[in-house]
Amino acid sequence: MSVDQKTVRHIARLARIAVRDDELEALARELNGILDWVEQLGEVDATDVEPMTSAVAMAMKMREDVVTGTNLQREVTRNAPGAEDGFYVVPKVVE
Amino acid sequence: MTTMVSDFEASMRKREPRAEDLIQGQTGDWEVILGLEVHAQITSKAKLFSGSSTKFGAEQNSQVSFVDAAMPGMLPVINRFCVEQAIRTGLGLKAKINLRSVFDRKNYFYPDLPQGYQISQYKHPIVGEGEIVLDMKDDRTVIVGVERLHLEQDAGKSLHDQHPAMSFVDLNRSGVALMEIVSKPDMRSADEAKAYVNKLRTILRYLGTCDGNMEEGSLRADVNVSVRKVGAPLGTRCEIKNVNSIRFIGLAIEHEARRQIEILEEGGKIDQETRLFDPKTGETRSMRSKEEAHDYRYFPDPDLLPLEFTQAWVDEIASSLPELPDDKKARLISEYGLTHYDATVLIGEGARADYFEAVAKGRDAKLAANWVTGELFGALNREGHSIEETPVTSKQLGELIDLISDGTISGRIAKDVFDSMYKTGRDPAKIVEEEGLQQVTDFGEIEAAIDAVIAANPDKVEQTKVKPQLAGWFVGQVMKSTSGKANPRVVNEILARKLGLSSDD
Amino acid sequence: MSDLTKLTLAAARDALKKKEITSSELTGAYLKEMADGGALNAYVTPTVEKAEEMAKASDAKLQKGEGGALEGIPLGIKDLFCTKDVRTTAGSHILEGFEPPYESTVTANLWRDGAVMLGKLNNDEFAMGSSNETSFYGPVVNPWRRKGSDARLVPGGSSGGSSAAVAARLCLGATATDTGGSIRQPAAFTGTVGLKPTYGRCSRWGIVAFASSLDQAGPIARDVRDAAILLGSMAGHDEKDTTSVDRPVPDYEAALGQGIKGLSVGIPKEYRVEGMPKEIDDLWTRGIEWLKAAGATVKEVSLPHTKYALPTYYIVAPAECSSNLARYDGVRYGLRVEGRDVTEMYEKTRAEGFGAEVRRRVLMGTYVLSAGYYDAYYLKAQKVRTLIARDFAEAFSEVDVLLTPTAPSAAFAIGAKSDDPLSMYLNDVFTVTVNLAGLPGISVPAGLSAEGLPLGLQLIGRTFDEETLLRAAYAIEQAAGFTAEPEAWWRA
Repeated sequence: MSVDQKTVRHIARLARIAVRDDELEALARELNGILDWVEQLGEVDATDVEPMTSAVAMAMKMREDVVTGTNLQREVTRNAPGAEDGFYVVPKVVE
Repeated sequence: MTTMVSDFEASMRKREPRAEDLIQGQTGDWEVILGLEVHAQITSKAKLFSGSSTKFGAEQNSQVSFVDAAMPGMLPVINRFCVEQAIRTGLGLKAKINLRSVFDRKNYFYPDLPQGYQISQYKHPIVGEGEIVLDMKDDRTVIVGVERLHLEQDAGKSLHDQHPAMSFVDLNRSGVALMEIVSKPDMRSADEAKAYVNKLRTILRYLGTCDGNMEEGSLRADVNVSVRKVGAPLGTRCEIKNVNSIRFIGLAIEHEARRQIEILEEGGKIDQETRLFDPKTGETRSMRSKEEAHDYRYFPDPDLLPLEFTQAWVDEIASSLPELPDDKKARLISEYGLTHYDATVLIGEGARADYFEAVAKGRDAKLAANWVTGELFGALNREGHSIEETPVTSKQLGELIDLISDGTISGRIAKDVFDSMYKTGRDPAKIVEEEGLQQVTDFGEIEAAIDAVIAANPDKVEQTKVKPQLAGWFVGQVMKSTSGKANPRVVNEILARKLGLSSDD
Repeated sequence: MSDLTKLTLAAARDALKKKEITSSELTGAYLKEMADGGALNAYVTPTVEKAEEMAKASDAKLQKGEGGALEGIPLGIKDLFCTKDVRTTAGSHILEGFEPPYESTVTANLWRDGAVMLGKLNNDEFAMGSSNETSFYGPVVNPWRRKGSDARLVPGGSSGGSSAAVAARLCLGATATDTGGSIRQPAAFTGTVGLKPTYGRCSRWGIVAFASSLDQAGPIARDVRDAAILLGSMAGHDEKDTTSVDRPVPDYEAALGQGIKGLSVGIPKEYRVEGMPKEIDDLWTRGIEWLKAAGATVKEVSLPHTKYALPTYYIVAPAECSSNLARYDGVRYGLRVEGRDVTEMYEKTRAEGFGAEVRRRVLMGTYVLSAGYYDAYYLKAQKVRTLIARDFAEAFSEVDVLLTPTAPSAAFAIGAKSDDPLSMYLNDVFTVTVNLAGLPGISVPAGLSAEGLPLGLQLIGRTFDEETLLRAAYAIEQAAGFTAEPEAWWRA
């Protein structure tokens, strides 16, 4: 499996990272280098192996249905680059 | 994608197309294939993965924890009650409960999705296959398969109309627990789709797992629509997003099916896409922006261990389940001898059925059903009241029926009494007494009234001897002269005797 | 260097309790070292006033004979731990100006026990790196230099600020995190002790996430005892992190004195990799002899899937990071670069906010999770991970701990590997298996290279058996008698 520049552009778009045209070639080369190297996993027969889901076997704890939150409007918006009247403000979303 | 379509096809229930469901096109009849994805907000105090309140209508960003705002280093902790609600719903849908399920991340960027991913369940949902029985208007039932039910987080809300160039984001809803309930493509008409949402909402309300309020967005439906010529393989489907009323579901389906048929009949092809229903125009339109680069990159959420619980817990939840609509309906029919139709009307809301049962207990069930579904529901509808807001209690309506049964008032007078009860909330006995509405059963009084009518209409008496059906006219006259208070049975008896007719037909 | 900063954490703790010194004196001495140590670039945010206040409060408690296990002990905090109202950068431009309104559980535990915060320590951006060169705030310089050279060396990574600060005595101990070796490798490069506990031993709540299934907090300290003391405070169950484990925290310090007579030590043969420098191999052999001499039995074990650990890691970690870092979008905190619409704002913000290595890993992770590749990469890697964990389980049915080198080389020069991601990734070859299996591991300084640079040995233990790990580490430490110190060139 080899990554071409078009694929790099596509995944950069998925990851929402702007990439200049002149960066594509180097990025494709680097990603291919890493992908070629991880390709060796193909040697391992893992057909009937369960994928690892957690590093430590234990049951997931659950919380009770209790409201513990208070009004944190100020705390959750105070670091925002755009905030107004308790809202986060972002450039228009085009639908 | 070809394998997906055939999987989809294999999961469908085999149904013979009904002529009345088909849509006529220029080139022949088309069958509409419908599947629904319903997002139901779980009734809970706190969110799915945080301790923030779920209350509707709070000030913007006032119910947002650091977890809900996806601050760095924040971690989800699952709400046990939300899990319980999902299990309860699964049981209510007679579905398979999976003792082990997995939370996945669905990755995409949107300002009201603070983590950049939605925690959902992809490959291993908490609830597997089940079914819902639809009660159609013509006493027909349709069984619709449920593919799965899974738990997921809701997103926040973006407001686009506050500013010309900016969108405002409120995360109060971010992280609220949802159940996504996915049907099989088993529906064939807009009516069936509407009945499906209706029935599902009824079941959720019986279970208390979702309030079903579509206006507040607690229940939202995405509709998958495709069309095909009868007997042809499945067509390409379009998904219509977030249709937020049952009426709109019908409109959206009808419009979308016609749009697809038109394209196909002109030799075009349908693009698999997401479309948005516009209630203003009654049309659907393409949502290209959402479509672009759809690749959610699902993978198991490493912050959450698999969701595992015991069968014992499931059994415990099952033992506390209320009577479900279908069971209630079957019981109402067998226990009270109700018609299919009356029973269906009554079970639509648990509170309505409860009301009926309170009225019917120890009384004539048919009479009770008529009064509840006819007079009471009629009045509630007219006045825009819910059953919870009824001014006439079940006890009062029961007393009214007793007054009819013991002959104190006639059925006709009872309607007036009922109207008065509805307006004033007073007890029927009081109204009857104060307004002197008791039925006249005094033979002498009635006989006098009859004699007067007979005396004034000798020609009618003669005619009646030839045509006994005319006796009804006399009854009407007597009732008129007694302001409806004469006991009709007594009137009939005396009249028959006086006119020389047999009274027992 | 003042005499006060020569004390180990344990010695300082005892002296504070006995009121021989005050926390204000001790903290003052460290603040002075920090001011003199700017050339190392170990701190990104010193918190001088906060340190002085906390020291004063500790002194008041100590004066009354009160105080917690770390009362008055000045520590450095890796800048991946969110600290309330104190700028937290994760070494990234994208968190520009971010002041968390909350405190991470691990640091809250430290303050609960009386520790004093000196400041926030530099690290590789989002902990992605093995040399501390990817930090937006510039590289950290290793206090150690090669004999007769003034070439600037890397302190290891990603916890390079932590390792350099502990080695240069700019703090008494430091918090760190380890996703693929980020505690142990920098410890090995700087002659310090680095302990990565079992996954789930320390809460991850409030630690900027890199790869959730691998990240684990732990201490970098001057010696094994100090590491044991620090872990005792950092560890513990946290209801806010459901992957943290609900089991009591043992008295780790008490484990040290128990000796290792009869302990069974495994030597994984697959770690004898091709091209391993002779001095690393020799060090390993010496370690084996030390443990034998202390009464342990040593046997060779096999971890057959070892060679697949790095490729597995470089699928799993980028995949998780591509999703974990999606929240840095210019909406709720940190950097925003404006754009015509929201998508352009995202793309510009993330392009400018993330450095080259982070971008590379996010793209890599996005790719391996994308439609059509999930099974071939991510699913396969998680299956191989199961096999790697099984290898360890098998080995631990025969032995109590494993002994390996920590890193395949001593510290290298700044810039030497920064253009070659693959050769940089190979630094983690001995450490990354431990993260994949969720096990505890510790690096102990065991000797110097021919060039006079510190080298470390790694011990790997069973899950939640940090006590045995610390016992064995203590035995190595005793036998190695590592007392070398870097020359304080940075003070000039």
